[in-house]
Amino acid sequence: MSELLLPRDHKDLSDIITSASHDKTRLEVIGENSKQYIGRPMRVDRTLSTRQLSGINFYSPEELVISVRAGTSLSMVEHTLRHEEQQLAFEPIDYGHLFGFKTGQGTIGSVVACNLSGPRRIRSGAARDSLLGIHGVNGRGEYFQNGGRVMKNVTGYDLTKGLSGSWGTLCVFSEVILKVIPRFETSVTLVLQGLDDRLAINALCDAMKSPYEVTGAVHLQKKPVSLLTDPKISTLGTSLTAIRLENFETAVRYRSTKLRTQLSCYGDVLEFGEQQTNNFWQDMQHLKFLTQSRAPVWRVSTAPQNGPILVAEIERVVPVSAVYDWSGGLVWLEVPATSDVSASDIRRSLAHLGGHATLIRADREVRTRTEVFHPIPGAIGKITRGIKNSFDPHHILNPERMYAGL
Amino acid sequence: MSFIPLPDPDPDILKRRVQIAKSLAKIAPDAVFIEDEEGRQAYETDALTTYRRIPLLVILPSTTLEVSQLLAYCHKEHIQVIARGAGTSLCGGAVPTNDSVVIGLSRMRQILDFNYENRTAKVEAGVTNLGISDAMSDQQFFYAPDPSSQIACTIGGNVAMNSGGTHCLKYGVTTNNVLGVKLVLMDGDVIDIGGQALDSNGYDLLGLINGSEGQLGIVTEITVRILRKPEMARPMLIGFNSNKDAGNCVTAIIASGMIPAALEFMDKRAIHICENYAKVGYPLDVEALLIVEVEGSESEINLQFDHVRGIVQKFNPKTVRVAQNDKETEKIWKGRKSAFGAMSQLSDYYCLDGVIPISRLADVLGWVDHIARHHDFEVANVFHAGDGNLHPLILYNANDEEELLRAEACGAELLRLCVKAGGCLSGEHGVGIEKRDLMREQFSELDLIQQTRIKTIFDPNWLLNPAKVFPLNAPGRGGIEADIAEISMPGGESER
Repeated sequence: MSELLLPRDHKDLSDIITSASHDKTRLEVIGENSKQYIGRPMRVDRTLSTRQLSGINFYSPEELVISVRAGTSLSMVEHTLRHEEQQLAFEPIDYGHLFGFKTGQGTIGSVVACNLSGPRRIRSGAARDSLLGIHGVNGRGEYFQNGGRVMKNVTGYDLTKGLSGSWGTLCVFSEVILKVIPRFETSVTLVLQGLDDRLAINALCDAMKSPYEVTGAVHLQKKPVSLLTDPKISTLGTSLTAIRLENFETAVRYRSTKLRTQLSCYGDVLEFGEQQTNNFWQDMQHLKFLTQSRAPVWRVSTAPQNGPILVAEIERVVPVSAVYDWSGGLVWLEVPATSDVSASDIRRSLAHLGGHATLIRADREVRTRTEVFHPIPGAIGKITRGIKNSFDPHHILNPERMYAGL
Repeated sequence: MSFIPLPDPDPDILKRRVQIAKSLAKIAPDAVFIEDEEGRQAYETDALTTYRRIPLLVILPSTTLEVSQLLAYCHKEHIQVIARGAGTSLCGGAVPTNDSVVIGLSRMRQILDFNYENRTAKVEAGVTNLGISDAMSDQQFFYAPDPSSQIACTIGGNVAMNSGGTHCLKYGVTTNNVLGVKLVLMDGDVIDIGGQALDSNGYDLLGLINGSEGQLGIVTEITVRILRKPEMARPMLIGFNSNKDAGNCVTAIIASGMIPAALEFMDKRAIHICENYAKVGYPLDVEALLIVEVEGSESEINLQFDHVRGIVQKFNPKTVRVAQNDKETEKIWKGRKSAFGAMSQLSDYYCLDGVIPISRLADVLGWVDHIARHHDFEVANVFHAGDGNLHPLILYNANDEEELLRAEACGAELLRLCVKAGGCLSGEHGVGIEKRDLMREQFSELDLIQQTRIKTIFDPNWLLNPAKVFPLNAPGRGGIEADIAEISMPGGESER
């Protein structure tokens, strides 16, 4: 493989892609390469990294907005925000642990490109919901922008959202503009132990139905609990159902008292203080509940109440380890390395339950023969092809990373 | 009378009107057809009443299947189609052309499902925005985006325009609250995008559909995220001696790390007009008024108000008043929400929708006043200050052609000012025909062509909601590849 392409500004980026488009040079698009094992294996000619497109263009804490060049590391963005007592609302998950890398790697551009959102997504929306604007270059080499720096914008089509989560297959971002939120004064976590999956999801949904603005609602089966960082938690020896409240001190006190009473029908309600809360939810954000192994991992998105139904259906066939985020609507499933890594069982269940599944971790060979991203049906498939052809007519950007033939 | 040009109707289509109506009636015999001129006239405009065109035909289907069959025929016969909800668009988003068929979704108003466990509601496109919240108020749930027209506007129209409202500061706009749609494509294909899950599969088509102004397909069913109502909500009224103090106070509140549920601004003219109309007890001796709403339990609300009071004191407030009960809360919002209605009883007005960075609020308000005076107009300001979404209302006489032209010129200058200040042309009303020809103020040709290509993917013949959003000579318009090649070939790439 020849040397890395490292554009320094959007003009450079446009020149590189224009030339690649002309020569039909297929490009692997990366930031810091922290997500190289996700997606279908690609056949590419060159690798383009955004890491020199780095730095903060502007940050206006009083307006809750930050504009960052796409190759800036996420950790630098988070550090900058922390300095002003602010944060990203969507609490992006970190795949480092899952692939045996250090945590804290990855660029802000990749966060947007993969629409990475963590536990707080359930209250504050996904990465795409915090994204106000983008600048980027499509597979034709055209530099363009969409959205802007203001909080509301319905001027023209919303490509900002349309391009988030496209895994670098439609354009390479050169700059992203994000809305940010203040850090909360304090937080607590209410914890129930030993619930089975269905009861736990009922408890989480009850909490979400309360007026107390829950910002995290997860359930971990017994085995994933044992993998958590905090020994006081990992040695509990039971499943764990956790609900986070974040707000100013008085509100958190009031709300946790109310919610504890409401949840007491599910058993004794423990409370994690602020420090333990921070550690626990950082583990959730860093996916520490998954083993550092080669065991296949699925990320399943469905309606919250359908999460445990799906898991029960798969458990009838193979033993699995499940963690539920978003009050049951996001299921992380670790499955045995069977020949189809349970793809057909999972997708058969989802066909009647609704939702979709992405194979996040699997050996290269498995990712070659299994659909990594959930298959898309007829007319939507046609639109998907149309969008790919429109932005990247020669299929030079991350070719076939999401779908065969695209 | 029209100043923003609409394309000439196709004489062949006009000639075939009766035959087209007959064919469509055969296809969808249970749909309501409005063929007489008087009936069609009721659909000639929307809330931007300056622009009027009597459509070829109006059809009110009641099922997705009917919509699909009607579109398939129009696609085959190359007939333009305009989807219409309640016709409350302020930007001419539902203004027809003479040769287009209007498909009104007003008969599709069933609430299909509430699921409180999963916190979703599935409704047909013709259900009103407020209708969703009203139908579940006994369960203490609500649908968050709340445009001023919420009593009338439909959820289908909200998706088309990505509508906002007063409480979007905390809860987001339509696109942040829609989980799924059933979309009928122009060729009649029906697709389901998203559903009850929080994120959807593949490319973010929902992101593209929301705010696409009915140009990519017709949405017939929508699944929205619903939320539990807060325990209590209370607004605080704060009167100031100047617009500048009020503007700076808004910036300071947001900068303090607090995001209220709503943060609204009214200038003196707006205060007087609303008070005169709604009699809600707004202070009349102030130059500007802020409504700051916070939510929570009583003690939480008091604490937040203490925080707000601490900030407000730095900006010479003349009055600070907190609603003491639900009745007072209702009154305060009644005044604000009746602003546009009250205004229309006094004068014709042209309502703008530009957005600016909130740090520029005080400056820009000064400039708004200056520009309006320069064009010899009075202007009233009533808007969503917390997210910088301005709504200057230019007061003018719509029966005076010269004045209308001047009002449009004044509006265009104000919108250019918003873009220059770092903002955009529209925060929640959409582009429609109104801002179509200003798009180049905000977008380059390359920016525009990325969008027109999306339109071509969904609607290759550009039949849905014609003459809206993009300038009539925008690159890639009509899916014409020659334009695309011309614009996108700096590196000598061969397009085909």
